[in-house]
Amino acid sequence: MTYGNRLRVTSAAAALVLLLAFGLAFFAAGIEADQGFSQKIFYVHVPLAIVALGGFVFGGVMAVQHLRTGDARYDLRSYVAIHIAIVLGVGALITGAIWAKAAWGVWFEWREPTLVSFLIVFLLYCTYQPMRFSIEDPDKQGRYASVFAITAGAFVPLNFLAVRLADPYIHPRVLNQGGGDLPASFRPPFYLALVGMTLLFAALYQYELSHKHSRAQLRQLRRKLGGEVEATGRSAAPQVTGA
Amino acid sequence: MSTVLTLLRKELLLERRVPQLVPAMSLFGVTTFVVFHFALGQRTVEGDLAAGILVVTLLFATILGVNRLYVADREEGGFDAFLLAPVDRTALGVAKAVTLFAFLVLVELVMLPAFAILLLGPGMDLEVVAKLGVVLLLVNLGLSVIGTLVGALAIQTRARDLIGPLIALPLLVPVVIGAARALSPVLSEGGAGALEGRWLGVLGLYDLVFGLLAYALFDFLLED
Repeated sequence: MTYGNRLRVTSAAAALVLLLAFGLAFFAAGIEADQGFSQKIFYVHVPLAIVALGGFVFGGVMAVQHLRTGDARYDLRSYVAIHIAIVLGVGALITGAIWAKAAWGVWFEWREPTLVSFLIVFLLYCTYQPMRFSIEDPDKQGRYASVFAITAGAFVPLNFLAVRLADPYIHPRVLNQGGGDLPASFRPPFYLALVGMTLLFAALYQYELSHKHSRAQLRQLRRKLGGEVEATGRSAAPQVTGA
Repeated sequence: MSTVLTLLRKELLLERRVPQLVPAMSLFGVTTFVVFHFALGQRTVEGDLAAGILVVTLLFATILGVNRLYVADREEGGFDAFLLAPVDRTALGVAKAVTLFAFLVLVELVMLPAFAILLLGPGMDLEVVAKLGVVLLLVNLGLSVIGTLVGALAIQTRARDLIGPLIALPLLVPVVIGAARALSPVLSEGGAGALEGRWLGVLGLYDLVFGLLAYALFDFLLED
């Protein structure tokens, strides 16, 4: 598997686009009238959250592929996508809390459906790893994890609908009604940041995949040479058998 | 279809001969009302609070039941026997969902009068009961679909009593939202308010989506 070359390109692109986006955000985009400078966290927080949700759904799509084909590689992709999305989700929750504190004076705002839905989705996905850990048989583990990933993937939009209906919102809408409430000078850095964050997700995704593959290859080579094969340690990641 | 009926008869017969889930869930529900009385320090509740208490109690009682739903099949070899039979595997899922639905109805027949006597401020006339029935019908559907799916998932894990509730709780949040918001005007002081269509819509959509999903996915939880 030659993830190496693609990995280099995606990482460089992610770094470049994110730098450009944050550069624009700081120097070209206007200062928001109400919140002032603290609004700049928006260019990190919103892309993080959107990409994390996208990663969850992507993990669900890979899980559908896994159940349809029975190919364990799709299980690995689903696992890696959800894993990275959880990491980005932690980032989104932390930046969201900081922003909420700066803008509304509280760390968490229950009247804010987008934040609440995100927390619920995040809590649900937090059970993904423990669930994998508690099933020993690798085949069964993969299958059950895929069932979970599909159910949870379908849950993401439904949950947002229910929570949004439940409360009048105060969160600025960003991606609906043709650009939402976003002023013109905020748009280029925001969309760039979104693209950059997606590239960052792709880079991390490829990085973890190539790590898993090269470790499997290394183990295989070691075994071939008759050397010591180190124990895998505690991991619920799907095991790849060489490439 | 006949497989579903056979399995359903087995489940109901089992519960009738050795009542386990329905009494446990009902008792849990009534006890939880007592706990709520002391925890909140209120003699009667109405509106938001009443709807919330009712829905949360039902939710926890369901989770209690879901934890035990497959235990007999797992420990007494019911799964193995079923897998040996040349029948559609989804039938077991459908039968379990219908069983859970029926149990929930029975549990509510105990819980609702207890709730009306112990905690509810406004009286419970026929109109309130009818509206409660409509909402609880949709709630029970959602609870039994998710309970069937999550229960089947959790029973195969090492820490099944742990994993089941952890997955089920966040998954059922939309049901809690829909049910609590729909019931809040119904249980408010000064006469039953109208049911809002959008909450019934949310519940219905939830039931539909997860019903189809569970139907499609249940197969994969049994293969062995």
